[in-house]
Amino acid sequence: MKHGLLLVSLLVAATGVSAKDFLIDQKDKQFSQKSLKIKAGDAVEFRNSDAFFHNVFSLSDVKSFDLGSYPQGDKKRVVFDKPGKVEVECSIHPQMQMVIEVEP
Amino acid sequence: MKKNFIALIALMVVCGADIAVAANTEFNVIDINGQQITLEAGHPSLQHWLLPAEIPQPENNKMSAERVALGEKIFFDPRLSVSGQTSCASCHAPERGWADGFPGSMRLMGERMARNSPSLVNVAFNSLYAWDGKNPSLEDQALGSQSMTGSLQAGSKEQGITDANLGVERIRKLAGYQDAFAKAYSGETVSKETIAKAIASFERSLVSRDTPFDRWLRGDAAAMTPPQVNGFRVFLDPTKGNCATCHSAPNFSDNGFHNIGLKQWGEPNADVGRFKLKAVAAMKGAFRTPPLREVGHSAPYFHDGSAARLQDVVDHYVRGGDVRSNLSPNLKPLSLTDQERADLVSFMQALSTPYVPYDFPRLPR
Repeated sequence: MKHGLLLVSLLVAATGVSAKDFLIDQKDKQFSQKSLKIKAGDAVEFRNSDAFFHNVFSLSDVKSFDLGSYPQGDKKRVVFDKPGKVEVECSIHPQMQMVIEVEP
Repeated sequence: MKKNFIALIALMVVCGADIAVAANTEFNVIDINGQQITLEAGHPSLQHWLLPAEIPQPENNKMSAERVALGEKIFFDPRLSVSGQTSCASCHAPERGWADGFPGSMRLMGERMARNSPSLVNVAFNSLYAWDGKNPSLEDQALGSQSMTGSLQAGSKEQGITDANLGVERIRKLAGYQDAFAKAYSGETVSKETIAKAIASFERSLVSRDTPFDRWLRGDAAAMTPPQVNGFRVFLDPTKGNCATCHSAPNFSDNGFHNIGLKQWGEPNADVGRFKLKAVAAMKGAFRTPPLREVGHSAPYFHDGSAARLQDVVDHYVRGGDVRSNLSPNLKPLSLTDQERADLVSFMQALSTPYVPYDFPRLPR
């Protein structure tokens, strides 16, 4: 138990402030925000609230990912570990675009 | 009492077919967005299917009568091509729904391309152009067609043709064009870029918004037949045709990209489509959703022109596609009766107006 507490303290000390989770919705073929500022280590959940599939991805150097196609109600989480600008799109509906600015 | 009842039954039997049609067409359907749609001419729940009054156009190339008229002339003028024999209208002919009627469109003196010539009807309402969305604007598409390898050049370095500006030079020297450019693009030089702007202005004017379907949306109950209205129900219903998931309001396109499982996708070295521009797995074999107004005139269909008739398109979707590899999750085999398939085709015919012989422009000298 004592060791467990020590481990948690060490983790908090190592990461500074604990990482946060953000939610971005996909509704009416739009992301709920055009831009978002987060800190390195934070995570973003991309929820699909449309009745058809979306496919969130980024080909940015800072963070490259492809969440695949997923239906209404599903959400997928991405941790942004490096600072920089990440352009996020839906591959199926290219008019859906947003920028996530990851601060150090 | 009994006599009257028997008479009523007899009447119902005689009118049976009509009663069944009426019952099928006058009800509500829940669309893909969960909205209740009432299939009644002019009903408020249908109005989002009407095209916006204003034609979308970029700030740096607002439409004017002079620009559209100039663009129309250039569009039909083969002198723009290096060979002097090819114009935009070679692949986008008004009498063929602004497509060319061939499975693969023409390029370089009769050479056929792998992709079908897309119709230009309501092209102003698209957000990306070409089957793979490689062109961010109509101006960009028109500029690309004039490039050394573009479809207007009809020549190549290997064939000794090295001057992609030959067509532009021909246009620039004609007095009739000089006047028209001065009126349309005052202060701008006659260049590939200005030519592309004029062509794009003309293409944006190719708007269809008075089809039988549009008249029905506006309240003319006689504009669509009961089978056509039923076809629209099948089109909207996610548990039936599920067509509006991609062919969405108001322009019958989600401006999106989908792999619809064509046979061609199963062949070696198949066209990967959108994937060349966006290297994301779902985009392998994915192509742009085409709009559907005037679709009756622009056969054959699909990006490879593999469907000769609208009936073949419907049959493809009923099968849920032919090749399942990387298939869009929107596609699944459909359970449609023969009548529902026929009504779906009838509805798509209500998206077209009768062809009126095109009044071709007189080309400047």
